[in-house]
Amino acid sequence: MSFRRSLLGATLLASMFATPSLAENTFNFAFQGTLQSLDPYSLNETFSLGTLGNVYEGLTARDQNLAIIPGLAESWEVITPTQWRFHLRKGVKFHNGNDFTAADVVFSADRVRSEGSDLKTRIPADAKFVAVDDHTVDVMLSSPNPILHYEWDSWVIIDKEWAEANDSVRVTSASDQSATTISLQSNGTGPFKITSHNGGVNTTFESNTDWWNAANKQYNIDKVEFATVSSDPTRVAALLSGDMDLVYPVPVQDINRVNSNATTTTLIGPELRTIFLGMDQMRDELLYSNVKGKNPFKDVRVRKAFYQAIDIEAIKSKVMRNLSEPAALLISPFMFANADQFSRPAYDPDASKALLAEAGYPDGFEVGMDCPNDRYVNDEAICQAVASMLARVGVKVNLNAQPKAQYFGKVLASNGFDTSFYLLGWTPGSFDSWNILANIVGCRDEAGNGGMFNLGGYCNKEVDALAAKVLEENDPVKRLDLITQAYRITDDEVSHIPLHQQGLAWGVSEDVDVAQRADNVLMFYHVNKKQ
Amino acid sequence: MLAFIIRRLVQSVVVMLVVSLIAFVMFRFIGDPVDQMVGLETTVQERELLRQQLGLNDALPLQFWHFVSKAAQGDLGISYQFKRPVADLIGSRLPATLELSFVSALFALLMGIPMGVYTALNRESVLSKLFLTISLIGISLPTFLIGILLIFVFSVYLQWLPSFGRGKVVDLGWWSTGFLTVSGLKALILPSITLGLFQMTLIMRLVRSEMMEVLRTDFIKFARARGLTNRAINFGHALKNTMIPVITITGLQMGAIIAFAIITETVFQWPGMGLLFLQAVQNVDIPIMAAYLLLIALLFVIINLIVDLLYVMVDPRIRIEGAEA
Repeated sequence: MSFRRSLLGATLLASMFATPSLAENTFNFAFQGTLQSLDPYSLNETFSLGTLGNVYEGLTARDQNLAIIPGLAESWEVITPTQWRFHLRKGVKFHNGNDFTAADVVFSADRVRSEGSDLKTRIPADAKFVAVDDHTVDVMLSSPNPILHYEWDSWVIIDKEWAEANDSVRVTSASDQSATTISLQSNGTGPFKITSHNGGVNTTFESNTDWWNAANKQYNIDKVEFATVSSDPTRVAALLSGDMDLVYPVPVQDINRVNSNATTTTLIGPELRTIFLGMDQMRDELLYSNVKGKNPFKDVRVRKAFYQAIDIEAIKSKVMRNLSEPAALLISPFMFANADQFSRPAYDPDASKALLAEAGYPDGFEVGMDCPNDRYVNDEAICQAVASMLARVGVKVNLNAQPKAQYFGKVLASNGFDTSFYLLGWTPGSFDSWNILANIVGCRDEAGNGGMFNLGGYCNKEVDALAAKVLEENDPVKRLDLITQAYRITDDEVSHIPLHQQGLAWGVSEDVDVAQRADNVLMFYHVNKKQ
Repeated sequence: MLAFIIRRLVQSVVVMLVVSLIAFVMFRFIGDPVDQMVGLETTVQERELLRQQLGLNDALPLQFWHFVSKAAQGDLGISYQFKRPVADLIGSRLPATLELSFVSALFALLMGIPMGVYTALNRESVLSKLFLTISLIGISLPTFLIGILLIFVFSVYLQWLPSFGRGKVVDLGWWSTGFLTVSGLKALILPSITLGLFQMTLIMRLVRSEMMEVLRTDFIKFARARGLTNRAINFGHALKNTMIPVITITGLQMGAIIAFAIITETVFQWPGMGLLFLQAVQNVDIPIMAAYLLLIALLFVIINLIVDLLYVMVDPRIRIEGAEA
């Protein structure tokens, strides 16, 4: 019935366009957010970069377990601690037929650090790229950098000739008043090409049969149709009705429903992002509080009391429906080898009360809490749970949960870090602890120079000194030890209160076989669909 | 008549100025656009620079003046998210919204008027009771709930109709239409019912009560006394006289359909202006929001104007007052 119907539709369409291609294996997927500009340097955001990673490629790549593997560079070596050599793959062509050479790498390195790029942190500002020959590039550093190439899978290479011919040398920046070609069209080296793009609505990708790795390809799809479906129930319905082969994220409350449907199932895994609570430790008088003249969060006992008052298992089972992994650190154990040396303090409201009394707040106090309500999985519900748990030890939390635009508008540097107590989530883009030590726990001034996302302004010079060493230490064992020392301090001082790693949930049709990466990136070359 | 139209147009400019002023004041409270435009690792200095370049640091009256003076020349600015001129974006999303609104208005009228007439003429019949019950549902359930219910019945269980989007559209150059393909037409059904159900209910109840009112008047009694057929009385005289309020309401509701298609478009991920606006609100895309609000204000002004002109055509008595004014 439905086959005949679709056949009828197909015939009608075919007669309209006279280009029937029924043998095509099309993979349809929907995501909550939008793909806006196609310029891969415009926005440093996982979904955009991950999706464009199907079209463009970097010198390195990450496999489905996120291990670094060769991409457009076949191999690389560290000649001296400050000189790296990359051997480029030969015979690679851009979608327009141009050859991929060292000149493209040097061009892309300049472009990604130019005015308007949002990915400037991918390469140290003073690193020099030298084309040794057509297929060899040297990178000269001013100081050793063991994680130089950690984020290069999402720093993709752009064709110099094409960019110059199409007015796309400058990066389409956030403040641009006109669109460049590269923000509307694409020309990469990757396994898929973009054939049509309606920003905010849908995008069509087609398999690139001339891909350099086409001989070893592990996917069988010819075409990918991506659509933004932002409403949760509609996205789930699109999967259940068979309109979509894959949708993500699936809200935790719908997982059972998707699993109980005969033709669909969910893929679940821990995400890399850690959700945590932060406290203002910078201001001399706490805002939004009934404590006047001082800031209770400056006292480590208060922070510890808050930590112990939170029943993370209850949050896991009641709020997250078991789709979360309680965390003891600000980084996922996936990215930090010594994570097992750390554990959360036991949930103990009595000990928490005693600590508060010791710190001079036997009856608790009142504090305002900022929380997004559309940014992380069940973010507002987590904050409500935290507020009621803190109420048990006498702390009255006045919750201010807002959409992310208003929330970030209030708590970030641009508004003077206007918060006393907040919930935030963070994934280190480099999958490395230095990112956390610098952005989340590094000291900052009032304008936000330093640890820009250290909203509470926690500061310990020792941690900063360790972080500086971590940045330059080439020996992996010593480096791990330095990182562990830094975490030891932040853990002892309760710089933040880690909560959990939220879960990933993708809804997939039974016909589809796909690898789920822990960074929530969907690579089309990991997709197989039964025809 | 011409003077009347010109006066209305002048009034509309004032209305639109006021709307954009209110909008601009509100934009202060919806968050910082720059935070939505850059990734997490962008430094404070770069953010500040962006803010400067976008003119967000200017005083509010100055920002407002920039917007109004550019808008007056037809330049609505560039979308922060898409880096495309707002006018182009709205132009590309307009067909989706207009087609959806048109079909739902048609649905509301073609279902609402006959149902209203029927329930007015056959007050005691079972079918009338059924219609009234349906209309109660239509008026009391929120739009998004109706939409989700329809999706679950017709897309998930029966799998007859698509759950979201416009289906396959045909691009006619400046207009993309879903009317020419099977999937496009199928995609229109659920959203149009969702969007039009409230209007249908409203029209049906309005027609019913107006019709019942008119049927009691003297001229209908005289018509019956003259021995006219029921058909001529009901449709030739009674229905015609109930149309004035129906036209007013339909006209005003047409504006409402377009303006408040936001919810339906969100539920069905319908790529129209409402969805564009909602995405703009979430991403603090001020140029789109400002242009959209302005456009909706313009729409209401135009619709009111058309309704006033239609009155004159339907009811000759108004023409005399219009001439004096």
